[in-house]
Amino acid sequence: MTYKSAAAYVVGGLVALGMLASASAPMAEGYENMVGDKKSGYHYSTPATQSIQDDDFNNPSFLWVDQGEQLWSKVDGKAGKSCATCHDAAAKSMKGVGATYPKIDAKSGKLINIEQRINSCRKNNMQAKPWKWESNQLLGMTAFVKLQSRGMPVNVSIDGAAKPYYEKGKNFYNQRRGMLDMSCSGCHVENAGKMVRADLLSNGFSNGFPTYRLKWQKLGSLHRRFRGCNKNIRAQPYKAGSDEYTALELFVTHRSNGLKVESPSVRR
Amino acid sequence: MRNSALTFGLIVCVLLVGSLTGAGAAELVKYTVKDGAIAQSLTGKKGNPAKGRKAAIHRKKGNCLACHKMPVPEQLFHGNVGPDLAKVGERYSEGELRLRLVNSKAINEDTTMPAFYRTAGLHRVMKQWKGKTILSASEVEDIVAYLVTLR
Ligand code: HEC
Ligand code: HEC
Repeated sequence: MTYKSAAAYVVGGLVALGMLASASAPMAEGYENMVGDKKSGYHYSTPATQSIQDDDFNNPSFLWVDQGEQLWSKVDGKAGKSCATCHDAAAKSMKGVGATYPKIDAKSGKLINIEQRINSCRKNNMQAKPWKWESNQLLGMTAFVKLQSRGMPVNVSIDGAAKPYYEKGKNFYNQRRGMLDMSCSGCHVENAGKMVRADLLSNGFSNGFPTYRLKWQKLGSLHRRFRGCNKNIRAQPYKAGSDEYTALELFVTHRSNGLKVESPSVRR
Repeated sequence: MRNSALTFGLIVCVLLVGSLTGAGAAELVKYTVKDGAIAQSLTGKKGNPAKGRKAAIHRKKGNCLACHKMPVPEQLFHGNVGPDLAKVGERYSEGELRLRLVNSKAINEDTTMPAFYRTAGLHRVMKQWKGKTILSASEVEDIVAYLVTLR
């Protein structure tokens, strides 16, 4: 089922929605997301989990996407604007955007991800309060924006001012940490394809985020996943939205370059 | 990596920092690594294999099944990051098993296997675990006693 019909069905019973964005490429049957030796986390999921993602009607993420879509045209803040005031229809203006973040923000010269871009628009352009990390609003808007790039290849740049962030993220990725003294690469590079208890280790790519995790019973951000992976090895996690995790996101997303954007994905 | 005669005396001093939280943050027992093994028991006593089996399985203790297949049929889902431990007692002496548990990095610097009885040289350990070892000395001995029986 496509997003449009699925969302219409889901939302139909809940809220009367005005307009539905004509969303990007739906997941198709026999879906594949591999490029070279890279394989999306999708291919490490069980068929049961895959089938929830395959069908937008079954994928619970779309409850958040629908919320994001409504907020897109909702005026908020002292400037009296909505996202749509500046960006018009998301299907057009946001197509491809999600595939290129994190990137350097021209104004501040700092690396920012989509969540931070959204909040900077709220603060600076709308004079509205930034949304809290992991709030339904921020998750919903992030998923809605990323959905507009679904099926397009991840394509982040590490040139110029992004380079030092990339190096910082790379160091983070390869550094052992925590009481269990393990690194991201220890699990997701050296042992990808192996089992840790009941979990099949994937390459830990970021192309499906935000993701609906069955364990969380909720949509969640990439930074939440980072925190979880840190806590599992008893390492002190960083804050979601911290510079450390944004740099790590750049490294992880650059590793994912070429894979199709799958947001919002479903994982165990 | 040289693994002959390393003595870990200094660790004790490091440990006194961060012992505020109490339990588990006791002083590390000193031990001597010789010929790829720790010959002496950390507690001076023989461990209890039945308790060792339990501690090896326990997710908050050894959690060995995360990475190893073991002859523990009542538990589902054994990992395969490390080798099958079914016959590990035939391959190694008690002292060699003890070193692998205490600090497998003394044998292979690059191994994924955590050091179960070490507090030094770790980065960003969660506050509540700082200065503590994953297993206590007596838990190490119990698990060693269990591993010896795997033949
Ligand atoms: C002890 C092993 C371990 C370590 C260390 C680890 N992870 Fe993970 N990670 C997992 C497991 C298990 C999963 C869930 C299955 C999968 O997708 O690999 C996972 C999932 C992920 C995912 C989701 C992939 C997807 O397709 O949804 C990302 C991203 C990720 N990890 C990144 C990291 C990063 C970055 C680090 C270091 C900060 C890290 N991981 C450290 C075990 C680990
Ligand atoms: C995060 C992964 C991980 C965990 C947890 C783990 N191990 Fe290991 N273990 C390994 C790996 C990988 C090896 C392979 C040796 C190497 O890498 O040098 C290994 C090797 C061993 C060996 C040597 C086996 C051989 O045939 O050479 C023993 C014995 C062992 N582990 C026991 C244990 C016990 C007992 C526990 C729990 C208290 C445990 N391990 C927990 C990853 C792990």
